[in-house]
Amino acid sequence: MKPRPFDYVRPDTVEQAVALLADYGDEARILAGGQSLLPMLNLRLLDVGVLIDISRIAELDSIGEHAGGIEIGAAVTQNKLMAWPALAQKLPLAAAALPFVGHFQTRNKGTVCGSIAHADPSSELALTLAVLGGEVVLRSRRGTRVLAAGEFQEDMLTTARAPDELIVAVRFPLLAGQGVAFREVARRHGDFAIVAVAAVVEQDGTLRLGVGGMAGKPMVRRIEGDGASAVHEWAEALEGFEDLHASPALRRDLFRNLAPLVIEEAQKCAA
Amino acid sequence: MRRVNRDEKMRVTLTLNGRKLSGDAEPRLLLSDFLRQVLGATGTHVGCEHGICGACTVLIDGIATRSCLTLAVQAEGREITTVESLAAPDGTLNPLQQAFRNNHALQCGFCTPGILMSFTDYLARHPHPTTAEIREVLSGHLCRCTGYAGIVAAVEEVAGGG
Repeated sequence: MKPRPFDYVRPDTVEQAVALLADYGDEARILAGGQSLLPMLNLRLLDVGVLIDISRIAELDSIGEHAGGIEIGAAVTQNKLMAWPALAQKLPLAAAALPFVGHFQTRNKGTVCGSIAHADPSSELALTLAVLGGEVVLRSRRGTRVLAAGEFQEDMLTTARAPDELIVAVRFPLLAGQGVAFREVARRHGDFAIVAVAAVVEQDGTLRLGVGGMAGKPMVRRIEGDGASAVHEWAEALEGFEDLHASPALRRDLFRNLAPLVIEEAQKCAA
Repeated sequence: MRRVNRDEKMRVTLTLNGRKLSGDAEPRLLLSDFLRQVLGATGTHVGCEHGICGACTVLIDGIATRSCLTLAVQAEGREITTVESLAAPDGTLNPLQQAFRNNHALQCGFCTPGILMSFTDYLARHPHPTTAEIREVLSGHLCRCTGYAGIVAAVEEVAGGG
């Protein structure tokens, strides 16, 4: 299908983009890579008054260090981050998760910030940001606001972004000497995960486990010991919603089976 | 700053397979439809129109991209490369196309233009991929005829020969 008509604006600077958002508010949508937005427009699942295309704003197309973390601008594509030479060393969890994000062809265009902005409950990058305790940087005419990943994503496709705010970057904290692992189950490689699990083992041995696809947003918990009983208990407590691909019971089973593998892999990688 | 209202058309100028071309596009026109209906370049096929099937994949500034998930107005000033660029003017197939023919990597041919463009980009960046890497790139395409084995064999033949 084809999208319904909309206006198109392509600002040259962040300042212009923020001014446009202040004018249009709710009517506007930000277009960066468009790999989630365009399908929704084509299928007419979404109506927009105006698309604000930020994909050519040079100041948003950068990856850099920022106060103990890596800041990734809103125009940086997933494949650009995957090809970043320091990725495996500085952001090993993102390096493990990125190959599961869509396909080579959609990663060429899809952005890191766009995945997080879209807030799909199964999103690999939103899960990665949540487990690492990363942040989302929002800018509006009113100023700059930095939200923790857990505050930013509120529920399925729902975030704390105000209508006049532009996500200018996300920040992934740097890990030093920790173990990480990421796995997911999907119908086909490149599909959204039915269940995705990420683990981080810190230097003192404590374990942070995150799961996507089990609730409206990625869920993160600190797990004690080997995690077996904690995973079982947590699986029961999670909502595990129903859709075309899986029942809540199947999601719980997948989580119970996937989590020990991911924990073991992260612990091995930390040792 | 560029601004186009929904009921207006914007003059979009781009380079298609080395030729500078222009056409008019309203904001909602997809690049896939702009190529086929406005510029008359029908080598690029349109399948699902939501980024799943990969038939419409073209190169934008050398990068394999879904043309159905790109607006024509976004392609302004860009260099677009489509399947029409691959064979020589006399019809001689390029090595990738010839390998597809050698390995029965197509039957109806509907998905082939997109697959050829994906691997044109991928092989330029990774000239000697593993079978697993080839399969991963191919997972971004749907082919309902071949069962994919011939396509993997074709890419392996051309990559091995490079």
